[in-house]
Amino acid sequence: MRFYEYEAREIVKRAGIPVTDFGFATSADEARAIAERIGGPTVIKSQVLTGGRMKAGGVQFADTPDEAARHAEAILALEIGGHMPRGVLVDPKAEVKQEYYAGVVWDGTRKRPLILFSDMGGIDIEQVAEDHPDHVGRGHFSNLLPFSDFQAKQVIAAAGVTGSALTRLTPIVARLARLFQQRDMTLAEINPLAQLEDGSFVALDAHMEMENEGMPRQQALLADLGIGADEGTREGYEPSRFEVAVKDIDAADHRGVIQGKDTGFHGNLGLVIGAGGGSLTLTDAVRSHGGRPANYSEIGGNPSVAKACGLAKQVLQKDGVEKIAVMMSIVSNTRVDIVARGVIKACLELGKDPAETIAIFRIPGAWEEEGFKILDRYGVEYCDRSVSMHEAAGRAVAKIQGAAA
Amino acid sequence: MSVLINADTTFIVQGITGREAVNLTRECLDYGSKIVGGVTPGRKGREVHGVPVFDTVQQIVEHNGGRVPDGSVVTVPPAFTKDAVLEAIDAGIGLIVIVTERIPRGDVAQMVEAADARGARIIGPNCLGLVAPGIAKMGGIGGPAKNTEQAYQPGSVGVMSRSGGMTTEISSTLTVAGLGVSTAISIGGDAIIGSTYAELMPLFEADEQTEAIVIYTEPGGRMEAQLAEWVADNDSRLPIVAFMAGRFMDDEEMKGMSFGHAGTIVEGAEDTATEKIARLEAAGIPVVERIDAIPDAVREKLGARA
Repeated sequence: MRFYEYEAREIVKRAGIPVTDFGFATSADEARAIAERIGGPTVIKSQVLTGGRMKAGGVQFADTPDEAARHAEAILALEIGGHMPRGVLVDPKAEVKQEYYAGVVWDGTRKRPLILFSDMGGIDIEQVAEDHPDHVGRGHFSNLLPFSDFQAKQVIAAAGVTGSALTRLTPIVARLARLFQQRDMTLAEINPLAQLEDGSFVALDAHMEMENEGMPRQQALLADLGIGADEGTREGYEPSRFEVAVKDIDAADHRGVIQGKDTGFHGNLGLVIGAGGGSLTLTDAVRSHGGRPANYSEIGGNPSVAKACGLAKQVLQKDGVEKIAVMMSIVSNTRVDIVARGVIKACLELGKDPAETIAIFRIPGAWEEEGFKILDRYGVEYCDRSVSMHEAAGRAVAKIQGAAA
Repeated sequence: MSVLINADTTFIVQGITGREAVNLTRECLDYGSKIVGGVTPGRKGREVHGVPVFDTVQQIVEHNGGRVPDGSVVTVPPAFTKDAVLEAIDAGIGLIVIVTERIPRGDVAQMVEAADARGARIIGPNCLGLVAPGIAKMGGIGGPAKNTEQAYQPGSVGVMSRSGGMTTEISSTLTVAGLGVSTAISIGGDAIIGSTYAELMPLFEADEQTEAIVIYTEPGGRMEAQLAEWVADNDSRLPIVAFMAGRFMDDEEMKGMSFGHAGTIVEGAEDTATEKIARLEAAGIPVVERIDAIPDAVREKLGARA
């Protein structure tokens, strides 16, 4: 779950970290009003869930409220990286003395959160780490014991910071670490964390990502930020018609799980495949034979006939799909006969011949004899575990290429 | 011999009255595993396939004359998993298999830290458990006993996999090829898991039955880099063969998307399939492109050592 900058700054502010007197606007008039309240030069920033705002012209400086309104109007109509902005953030223009970086991420190998801090803020931290490793402090901390300020202090000091900056930065970084823990974040970043000419420290930009699995217990915060359940997990792209349809079919019935994606897939071979690792393996296998998948999918947890049928139908109804390959790694929970029934039903309901439409059926495992009997009846080519996943994918590709030739 | 479990291993099932748990209890009992109790709060006095159900782990220990079970299979909803695991750790249980998926990373990190402090080991979350072919299994791995028997025959290869289903597919391939499996562990598909490849290697290293290792891996995370480092730092007697799924995720159009398991989210340049393959191969671990190429790759490696 990704947050817009204006939301991320609000989260930071609630954690007790100083921020500027910013405002969020969805119209030029609102932007003017915020600029009037601020009463000085402002920065107008596009609120999109993508990088490269500055380069795209999504960040503009204004000296007067009228200028702020004009910039807001232009930015609100500006698409950046395929995204239209949610609104604009109107920020007082800050007189910055020094920029710092503070971030917290998970280290999956150490299985602990990791703080990163640098006195070279405002730029990409990975670049700083590469070019100036002595300017980056790092420190893991326990996720079980209460976080103590000295842990933040150590990391800041390791980046070479001392004096009053060290003592003033310590509570800010400590609050960021606690916020990361308490809010189920996978990324909590303030960049730049700025010291202004007047000596104060403020978060000038913030980037927050919450783990989808943590969202159920963060409902109060999400509601406070005005984020409804209808926004989902805000994937980095707009879900396709196919993806929405498969999700709806999955939600309509609690038995088993189906998933489907077609963003980035443009082929003619529909894939009705599973389970998690099996789907990854089979998608690779189809491509390694020169096949062009029309989609990705996952079947798991023993779905109902209706669910398997629903997925197959959605795949078959995609533009350009000529045949489907129904394949899984050996199943022990999902029943072969149920998936077989589902995909045959999908073909029949769409007025297609299962023998022609299903390029290959390779699902070995639980209830396979029953499944194979059904497939026999409709003349569908199937195979058991003696045919590898790779080989089965090859047969499907050969069939569709033969059909196209 | 085998790794982590043997014929005498006793374990419990936390959340035993759930639909999935009832099935896996049946499957484990049929396979010969020793399940000494189950926990579902408020259901004390019931039985699941003859296994007595209790309200607390402590009650099972008392019921068994103070003997602490060796392990626990935890299959409770994500919001309650951490509490169940801490209860098992507190009772002194040494091996905890977490089946549950969709547990927030913060909770997983806390469970792992608590387990480390008490010398307990966690397998999972989001896994199917482990099986020592012909001896015992812990978790739903392989499914019903007869299916497990078909796919997993005793042999010389240790299997570790981030995918539960692919653990069975790979083991079946090894079984058909006549190599067989010493112990197969579904290690879990999440970004943070209790036991990584490198953390389990010393156990296989100490197991006389194991002569080679096969791993199934995916994009996302640094577990493979950690294994490559382990291989470089330890003069292991065990050759390793890897299979990498999800190569298609390296395509420009797939950037930022996650497929298959929660852990496949690519968060850095080192997490991609291409980078991992290069890293593993540099450590002398061949990465095969197809599952059916695994047995020959294992034989070749074993031949080179002989």
